[in-house]
Amino acid sequence: MTRLLGSGSLLAALGVAIYGALALLVGARRRRADLLRSGELAVYAMWGLVSVGTLAMIYALVSHDFSVKYVAMVGSRATPLFYTVISLWGALEGSILFWIFVLSSLSALVTYQNRKREGTLVPYTGAVLMLISVFFLILLAGPANPFGLVSPVPADGPGPNPLLQNHILMAVHPPLLYLGYVGMSVPFAFGIGAVLSGEIEHDGWIRLTRRWTLVAWMFLSAAIIAGMWWSYEVLGWGGYWAWDPVENASFIPWLTATAFLHSVMVQERRGLLKLWNLNLIVSTFALTILGTFLTRSGVLSSVHAFSEGPIGRYFLGFIALVLIASFALVAGNSERLRPTGSLEAAVSRESVFLLNNLFLSAFTVTVLVGTLFPLVAEAIRGVKVSVGEPFFNRMTLPICAALLFLMGVGPALPWRVASPEVIRRQLLPPAVAAIAGLVISFLVGVRSPYALAAFTFGAFALAANVREFIDGAVARRRAHGEAAPVALARLIGGNRRRYGGYIAHLGVLTVTLGIGASSTFRTEREATLRKGEVMDVGPFTVRLDDVYSREEPQRTVLAAGVTVLKGGREVGRMEPRMNFYPTSDQPVPTPTVRSRPAGDLYINLQAFAQDGSNATLRVIREPLVPWIWIGGMIVCLGAFVSLGAGRRETAPAAARVKTAARTRPTPVPVEEAVR
Amino acid sequence: MSSVQGRRKSALVVAVVIIVAAFGFLLYGGIDKNVVFFLTPEELLARGTSAYDVPIRLGGLVAPGSVKWDAEKLDLRFVVMDSGGQSVNVHSTGAPPQMFRDGMGVVVEGRYRKDGVFESTNLMVKHSNEYRKPEHGGRPQEMYKSLQKGGGAGT
Repeated sequence: MTRLLGSGSLLAALGVAIYGALALLVGARRRRADLLRSGELAVYAMWGLVSVGTLAMIYALVSHDFSVKYVAMVGSRATPLFYTVISLWGALEGSILFWIFVLSSLSALVTYQNRKREGTLVPYTGAVLMLISVFFLILLAGPANPFGLVSPVPADGPGPNPLLQNHILMAVHPPLLYLGYVGMSVPFAFGIGAVLSGEIEHDGWIRLTRRWTLVAWMFLSAAIIAGMWWSYEVLGWGGYWAWDPVENASFIPWLTATAFLHSVMVQERRGLLKLWNLNLIVSTFALTILGTFLTRSGVLSSVHAFSEGPIGRYFLGFIALVLIASFALVAGNSERLRPTGSLEAAVSRESVFLLNNLFLSAFTVTVLVGTLFPLVAEAIRGVKVSVGEPFFNRMTLPICAALLFLMGVGPALPWRVASPEVIRRQLLPPAVAAIAGLVISFLVGVRSPYALAAFTFGAFALAANVREFIDGAVARRRAHGEAAPVALARLIGGNRRRYGGYIAHLGVLTVTLGIGASSTFRTEREATLRKGEVMDVGPFTVRLDDVYSREEPQRTVLAAGVTVLKGGREVGRMEPRMNFYPTSDQPVPTPTVRSRPAGDLYINLQAFAQDGSNATLRVIREPLVPWIWIGGMIVCLGAFVSLGAGRRETAPAAARVKTAARTRPTPVPVEEAVR
Repeated sequence: MSSVQGRRKSALVVAVVIIVAAFGFLLYGGIDKNVVFFLTPEELLARGTSAYDVPIRLGGLVAPGSVKWDAEKLDLRFVVMDSGGQSVNVHSTGAPPQMFRDGMGVVVEGRYRKDGVFESTNLMVKHSNEYRKPEHGGRPQEMYKSLQKGGGAGT
């Protein structure tokens, strides 16, 4: 019953999506209001039908209906309810269902938000979103059908992948990632919609596109940080980033979206980079699809694994279609995307944005090449290779240093032209901070050139960005006589877009600090301890008290009882574990982390004697790690603050002058008072 | 005016070409130096001296009876072999994965030394996500019964 309801509603959604896309396309072309109206309704109908399908799957999972293929794959009676529900995105079929659920929800939201908008931009945008939906609904109807019939019906299933049910962050990371990934479909659809509707020559669409990119970017940033956190908390090696293809898959579109969020300002303020920006949107979308393909088709374990399953070919075909169709459209309209302004000086804010985009593009290409090289090598030369971490670090760390530097220069320079005097005045304090950063990090023992560069340029960017807040708040204080916190709050509230961006910069700098310190000052020791024996790591002494096991409904836990001492005083008890799930003959490492602002103490149970007499522990002391997660939250906060920007702030430059002249409340706006 | 603009444009094109070429060269060199080959013992031995001291991932099975593990010194020695019977001695420091045992598939990351020992920096057990029926008596639940605290309630 659930099976029929689920697959029926998804099939109906496919039909509705095809109809909706055609109705919107034809309606927009022929200016037929009736078709447009029914196309709009189709968007909502598709959302309703997909929601029914998704709820049917959740119901099947929760009611342990093992006649449903997906439930038989990932369900088990012993799995706790919470993990049963989130196993919705635990495997291929379910995650594609979840993907289309997010996509159809966003489509409905975009359509509803802009239902009163004149012109054909929104119908064309809706049509593009429906066409993307058609692809995913075809996958669900055919090769990735989660509602297939299992016969005979098994009494129980294997349960979700042990790694999925071992940590709460698996409930957080995938939805955030999908919101980020799928969210990038909306700017893409707006971009293509703008080309199709001819609105590409006006700037209205860019505002919608920018906001949606920012939303998706916020979720993608959060997802990347949550993914790092998860890998830190679960994988047992005490690290958070390994340039693993799965990590790279989420990071590459983040880079292009970040480039877009910066270069779009150049388009809005100065009428430049229009063609480039459209290409960035298309690339970002294509890269999210590529990322899904890489992580979901099995191509990473072996090029040949994916050709056995049908999913991979569908994805490759879809990516090819997206790229060819979009770039053909963009190229055909390149005349209309000519710049309406010009670059006036070599040193100005827009030239910094150009460099920023240059470096972010180089970053993107580097990570993409490093990620895809093994696949190409295997497909062409038949050799199995991987690209080592040193490649990524050596190539990208200099780029990171350059980006940190630009992060400080950009906010300090004015648009159009920066005179030598302005440059000197604006960059002197950050330069002093940079030297201080270099000296201090050298004195505390940093020797690696990468880390020194990170702390130097990080201090530079920190000073430049903090200064924007201080100068602005001081100017407000002087002009309005407000108290410092009030002035700061009103400063941010009055120009949320700009200061939201600076907050995001501060978040990135916090992440940089966490990564730099934790990788530079990491102390790690591994030892086999008998009960009662101790080992020293940094300021801590770790004592093994006991080794024991216990049964939980879905797993067997084997744990070491550990007491942590500092200066002879007991400061805590920790329990590193190994969780054994019946589905896997390998235990899932379950390290424990004692987190303090100054840093983490990380203990992983590496091995234990069969009789429980001893255990091998890996103990890692990593300073400032929590600031990586906190920095990630600050980045998202910055994006959120920017999103709240009102229409006046986000309107294109020309329109802003007009409205500003009409509504300007005080003779001296803060922004100019600062300069 | 237009010739100045034209000259500017061609200078820009030249600059872009140079930057892209330099970047491509860097990328190529970087990849070339950091490619880690994934080899079986047979492929490793067939490479002769060129296999020495470059990063390699060696994949194969743990030869039965070859594992020597000194828990005190965290010193692990074993032999990786392939189906063709070729084998390579492996040395590694640090505890092996808990379920490490004879006959299982492993991947070791490291370098092949001139003395014919593969020095491993990272030891991974090959496992698949596919569901496998636990062999009788091999269930961890049964293996670790002996460690259970009274009633199974943990701390």
